[in-house]
Amino acid sequence: MRRVVVTGLGAVTPLGIGAEQVWKRLIAGESGIRAIQNFDVTDLPAKIAGQVPQGSKADGKLDLNEWIPPKDQRKMDRFIQLALVAATEAVEDSGWMPEDEEGRCATGVMIGSGIGGLQTIFEGSQQVLEGKIKRLSPFFIPSALINLASGHVSIKYGFKGPNHAVVTACATGVHAIGDAARLIQFGDADVMVAGGSEAAVCPLGIAGFCASRALSTSFNDEPTRASRPWDKDRDGFVMGEGAAVVVLEEYEHAKRRGAKIYAEFAGYGLSGDAYHITAPAEGHEGAFRAMKAALRNGRLNPEDVDYINAHGTSTPLGDDLELQAVERLFGDAARKLAMSSTKSAIGHLLGAAGAIEAVFSILAVRDNVAPPTLNLDEPSQPSVIDRVAHEAQSRRIDVALSNSFGFGGTNASILFRKAA
Amino acid sequence: MTDTAEITKQVKEIVVEHLGVEESKVTENASFIDDLGADSLDTVELVMAFEEKFGIEIPDDAAEKITTVKDAIDYIVKQKAA
Repeated sequence: MRRVVVTGLGAVTPLGIGAEQVWKRLIAGESGIRAIQNFDVTDLPAKIAGQVPQGSKADGKLDLNEWIPPKDQRKMDRFIQLALVAATEAVEDSGWMPEDEEGRCATGVMIGSGIGGLQTIFEGSQQVLEGKIKRLSPFFIPSALINLASGHVSIKYGFKGPNHAVVTACATGVHAIGDAARLIQFGDADVMVAGGSEAAVCPLGIAGFCASRALSTSFNDEPTRASRPWDKDRDGFVMGEGAAVVVLEEYEHAKRRGAKIYAEFAGYGLSGDAYHITAPAEGHEGAFRAMKAALRNGRLNPEDVDYINAHGTSTPLGDDLELQAVERLFGDAARKLAMSSTKSAIGHLLGAAGAIEAVFSILAVRDNVAPPTLNLDEPSQPSVIDRVAHEAQSRRIDVALSNSFGFGGTNASILFRKAA
Repeated sequence: MTDTAEITKQVKEIVVEHLGVEESKVTENASFIDDLGADSLDTVELVMAFEEKFGIEIPDDAAEKITTVKDAIDYIVKQKAA
């Protein structure tokens, strides 16, 4: 089987933009959760979110005009804009700019989103309701479609390989990166630009998740305390927006061109719950099987894993069930394990969550650092697993595993290890 | 507002804004697609912007014939005079 390595990273998150900078802030224990100011939240029970800070690139913030010409911004929903920024960073970081047709045809894109152009659809619907149906923009549909993130990235760089998009709710990011790695393993591509993007911090998005009682509502006055995975006072997730993209590359291809290698893709597993549309199954057995499948795929044993980036959304039910599934799978090996939820710092980026958490797992492997779980003051359930409460830890991390689970009962786990 | 010079000025402003091109390039003979980098969807959006700005309706068969800045100005001037 062909080996796959990571040669580029891009991140647009509530902790700013630029993978290295976001990572630094994450390790320092900073939070990107703030009060929502872009729209009226008076009637919404949840009034906070992880939002990408606005400002110049030089300050690690996002000014879209620095990345995308204004005339093109109008043709794409924010989720596509964020994906394009993250992909630009990742591609430039990798240094892979194919100069011949063969190279372009061997380079593909697989960027997914959980929801896609929600705000665009909302605004289009409003126009229709206001009797302006004939004023609907010709860019309405291409702005809202999920696979247009992959489309725009391919058009920008001329990448003519597989062009694909994943839609599996909050598991999107892991599925995109895992499936993209397989396309390289199977020889469909030599390089894949893969990840996830989400921009659902809008009235319809917040209201929708409020209606399904998924969001935290008790910490509106203390936003940075709201996302508290495994803590006894957790009361739901905090929505975040952003995008993360990685460049995956066949190992020999990367070596030949002297690319910088962050880590190696080391396994991928998928499962379905076949249980409930939003709630995880008993004992999170779907998560158990996804992790087990990833280990089997990577020919690794539980004791080989040093760090887990948990799905850990800060919802009352899910966090402890995931913990139980990890304890059951890892047995005695759980004692040496570090497991944290970086959603405590940036919130839940839905379709981008698995992608940004893959970036964090890759950097944890590179730097031998486990990022912290903020706000874990008192766990609702004790465990032998070190959940890296409050402060990052320096520890040997050869192999990291990242979990993502989505509505509909879809689960995915991915493994990265130090590149030999 | 209805005189040709004013319409010309406003048409050019819309083209500059929607196509993100420099004003100097928006000459009367410039073709939206060949000279100003528009694609077929851009031209649909441009026609909608003209309709909105000048309060007129441009049917599809007429819109198809508007391919240059001058075509747009002539069409709008004629509509406003009618």
